[in-house]
Amino acid sequence: MKPFDYQRATTPDGAVALVSDRPGAVYLAGGTNLVDHLRLGIVGPDLLVDVNRLPLDEVGATEDGGLRIGANVRNSDLAAHPAIRRDYPMLAQALLAGASGQIRNAATTAGNLLQRTRCVYFQDVTTPCNKRDPGSGCTAIGGYTRYHAILGASEHCIAVHPSDMAVAMVALDATVAVLGRNGERSIPVEELHRLPGDHPERDTVLEHGDLITAVVLPPPLGAGWRCTYRKVRDRASYAFALVSVAAAIRVEDGRVADSRISLGGVAHKPWRAVKAEDALRGAVVGDESFAAAAGAELAAASPVEGNEFKVPMARRTIVSVLRELAGQSGESR
Amino acid sequence: MTDLPASGIHGHPHRRIDGRAKVLGTATYAFEQDVDAATYLYPLQATIARGRVRRIDTSAAEALDGVVAVLTHLNAPRLADTDDKEYAVCQSDEVAFRGQFIGAVVAETQEVARHAASLVSVEYDEQPHQVVLPDDDKGLDDPDEVNAGYPSDTAQGDVGAALADAERLVDETYSTPMEHNNPMEPHTSVAIWSAGSGDGDASLLLYDSTQGVHSVRRTLAPVLGLKPERIRVVSPYVGGGFGSKGLPHAHNVLVALAAQLTGGRPVKFALTRQQMFTLVGYRTPTIQRIRLAADGDGRLTGICHDVIEQTSRIKEFAEQTATATRMMYAAPNRRTSHRLARLDVPIPSWMRAPGEAPGMAGLEMAMDELAERCSLDPIELRVRNEPDIDPDSGKRWSGRHLVECFRTGAERFGWADRGEPGARRDGDWLVGLGVASSTYPAFTMRGSTAEIAYVDGRYVVRIGASDIGTGTWTTLSQIAAEALGVEVEGVRLELGDTDLPMATVEGGSSGMASWGSTVVAAVDAFRDRHGKDPEEGATARAETPEHADRKKYATHSFGAIFAEAAVHADTGEVRVRRMLGVFDVGRIVNPPTARSQLVGGMIFGLSMALFEHSVMDARTGHVVNHDFAEYHIPVNADIADLDAIWLDHEDTNANSLGAKGIGEIGTVGSPAAVANAVYNASGVRIRDLPITPDKLIAQSGSTKTGSPQSGHM
Ligand SMILES: Cc1cc2nc3c(=O)[nH]c(=O)nc-3n(C[C@H](O)[C@H](O)[C@H](O)COP(=O)(O)OP(=O)(O)OC[C@H]3O[C@@H](n4cnc5c(N)ncnc54)[C@H](O)[C@@H]3O)c2cc1C
Ligand code: SF4
Repeated sequence: MKPFDYQRATTPDGAVALVSDRPGAVYLAGGTNLVDHLRLGIVGPDLLVDVNRLPLDEVGATEDGGLRIGANVRNSDLAAHPAIRRDYPMLAQALLAGASGQIRNAATTAGNLLQRTRCVYFQDVTTPCNKRDPGSGCTAIGGYTRYHAILGASEHCIAVHPSDMAVAMVALDATVAVLGRNGERSIPVEELHRLPGDHPERDTVLEHGDLITAVVLPPPLGAGWRCTYRKVRDRASYAFALVSVAAAIRVEDGRVADSRISLGGVAHKPWRAVKAEDALRGAVVGDESFAAAAGAELAAASPVEGNEFKVPMARRTIVSVLRELAGQSGESR
Repeated sequence: MTDLPASGIHGHPHRRIDGRAKVLGTATYAFEQDVDAATYLYPLQATIARGRVRRIDTSAAEALDGVVAVLTHLNAPRLADTDDKEYAVCQSDEVAFRGQFIGAVVAETQEVARHAASLVSVEYDEQPHQVVLPDDDKGLDDPDEVNAGYPSDTAQGDVGAALADAERLVDETYSTPMEHNNPMEPHTSVAIWSAGSGDGDASLLLYDSTQGVHSVRRTLAPVLGLKPERIRVVSPYVGGGFGSKGLPHAHNVLVALAAQLTGGRPVKFALTRQQMFTLVGYRTPTIQRIRLAADGDGRLTGICHDVIEQTSRIKEFAEQTATATRMMYAAPNRRTSHRLARLDVPIPSWMRAPGEAPGMAGLEMAMDELAERCSLDPIELRVRNEPDIDPDSGKRWSGRHLVECFRTGAERFGWADRGEPGARRDGDWLVGLGVASSTYPAFTMRGSTAEIAYVDGRYVVRIGASDIGTGTWTTLSQIAAEALGVEVEGVRLELGDTDLPMATVEGGSSGMASWGSTVVAAVDAFRDRHGKDPEEGATARAETPEHADRKKYATHSFGAIFAEAAVHADTGEVRVRRMLGVFDVGRIVNPPTARSQLVGGMIFGLSMALFEHSVMDARTGHVVNHDFAEYHIPVNADIADLDAIWLDHEDTNANSLGAKGIGEIGTVGSPAAVANAVYNASGVRIRDLPITPDKLIAQSGSTKTGSPQSGHM
């Protein structure tokens, strides 16, 4: 790997200053994604700014009854946190559905949000890739697309964002706290990741030097809501999602009063299924309306050769999850 | 000869002799050998699938601090023999597959070597390539023979007529993908070259991760132009091989070439996981058309198994995919064939149960389909077609207790509970049972020598065999101890070094039968010469004994594999809930290590059924999912309730030890058992492995949502 300098940041402001001033500098958190990329030659920074000692590893209550999750809180710790397990079980499930025990012990909240696509061509420097090398072309199109997007892709990139955690956070209306050159700002997680468009090299709306300091969860959904995270994958654990669904619904008198649905494994960002939510509002609980809602969201799907299966798979999984949440699953129905 | 050890067929359980060192991390694998002034190699690999290197600029790499040498075809030492193109490393500008070695950087550290390698720029003249196996056999080659010396094609009776007259017929095409061995420890070689006085007395010391130190030496000697005695190969511990370490590969030659450029400094080379998807062999993809003809009672009248598979354009490896079909079931009319596509792909090689694993996957899925078409229980179908003698050779079986395997397994597994396809449901999961036969040839390889010496009150047993994690350290010690009539602690085994007597490769599940009987023969020779009370320093040797009866028999292991699979009615996900293998494998020397071989083999087969698939990109010519995040093998969560048991039939017709080999048979029947269970669960038949959720969803109707009321998907 290319030689680089290493510095350990001691304050968030200091970290931001170090990285902002050097175009070739990057933050290092758990390293489970970045270090692989250094080895594979996907990125070649000249300075690593280690953020692991920054005081960003607490989970604490916010004034409005939500939670503030420090950027450095490890995925394992977050999944096991009593408040998360009690009030945001969907998030705990999503975290535990990701990676492996060892990786979750090292992976951080910010690092998980900012992990990069697993597109096999992105990860192989011998093949052209617009995300890695803008303008070089997209090898995935016409190639191995099993893990690629069916929604929101462009002719320049069809990659998906691989995080499970982020899908749940989008369904929960979480926001990220970002510290930049010009101070702090707050961005909804849903708006953090971009669609590829003409600039697939830009995964997120963050600027060089922006440091994620926390993820803020709004107050829990509360009584009457049921939620879950379902991840469809080839093997039982330690596999990226073919499709995943984070969903919460509130049923009143046999009708869906309200819902939150987001999808993973289908787009360049965690995909909030607004059309499905709209279709569900007031609908009679049952397979028919669940399928209609899924259909409304997936009407815009444009799979490429090799990932057509994801459209029916996403539809089936949405229906399956909603059925489960409405208490109509399995033998009971 | 010495009587069979008192423990008989079941063997005494013995802890792994090497276990403690491995757990403590003191067992030194090849890369960890403590050598002075080590240097590190990182290879240069072609990024085209076929063509020539037009220009290669190494100046930036050479200028980097810490670089010791850069090797390319322009400066590589000449090899003495380049007939085998796999080993003709860096001898020309030709590129025969993407990822082929075109050079190497040697540096003071691994990181510098890798960085320097990234600074080498290469220009190519590209030629058109073909890397995808065609599904049509037109224009394909008919190999002279297939792996392990079997004929490519066989025919008996009139298959055409049998198929035409069949009352029940299966005519289906099954396919298995390219798969990679992926042992835990990567292929690793440390080379130390001594130039000598310059006149043919150069020598090479190689610490290698291999399944056979002597095969590495014997294969490399002519390539490097060294007398075999000038090469020493040392390999005490090996972290798995699954066949991919059965022969040396190009990396051994590359490191030996590089070691000639470092002024005698050792060169260490460990392949990355990605590199292992190109350079150390793999299982060919197969396309198998299988036709089974039967009468109304399910008695086979014709069996026809035609296989298409691939090899590399520069070296032939023809997998023996249809050979098990030749001996498995009785039928008067039988035909098998293998056709070979020569492609611009890496060189295929042995992968655990080459031939039997993919071939029996096809045959045993087809048998399941035939059972359904005959309205017979799949076990009953197999019982009705059980041959009295080997239909292929006409010889008697040395021992065949397949039916007993089925009966025993059916009882234990609760086979009677199996229902109609798609009939059983557990919440959102459809649940089903499947079964398949397993078989593997019982080889005994001749050509090993063992030496017994009496030193400091202990018996030292010397044989240049290997232990790739299978338990050889323990089992050979046990065999020696029992033959000598002493405790295991009274024996000190030495293996994994060409300074020890010749031993055959750890392959074909033949290690125990071959080396074990050699050790027993050496003990006999020792007792004959030195009696029960030997003097200090007494030694004796013996070669693998001839087993006169063996040629009279067809020698095979058998097994019945049972699986319970659950298929999610909505998402198509498959999980295997239970598996049981019942094996007829002769004598078991050490139950714990034996069980781990059999269960491990079954996991290998489960993996083949559901997960493994090396995805070849037709445009670039490389396997794109070349790491463990993307190339799936089972994780703990995929392995629920798995067990292996064995029958009490020692087989002394097969060899004097009565042990038939257990390394591969667990793998053979497992893919079909799982596939058949998936079918019984879901009512969906997938004939193209691996069985993944996308295929199940597509087959069950691509636009429907899972229908919750019916049992089917
Ligand atoms: C084999 C494997 C399987 C996996 N499977 C899954 C899976 O199934 N589901 C899933 O969701 N994930 C999976 N992962 C990914 C894993 O979740 C991520 O690697 C991990 O979350 C990254 O966190 P990290 O702290 O190690 O990040 P790092 O690798 O340290 O950093 C990742 C990126 O984030 C940036 N960064 C880190 N912290 C900050 C900050 N505070 N502010 C701004 N930028 C920052 C870094 O500069 C870098 O670009 C898998 C990973 C592997 C290796
Ligand atoms: S899909 Fe995106 S990440 Fe993958 S090769 Fe194309 S441009 Fe690169």
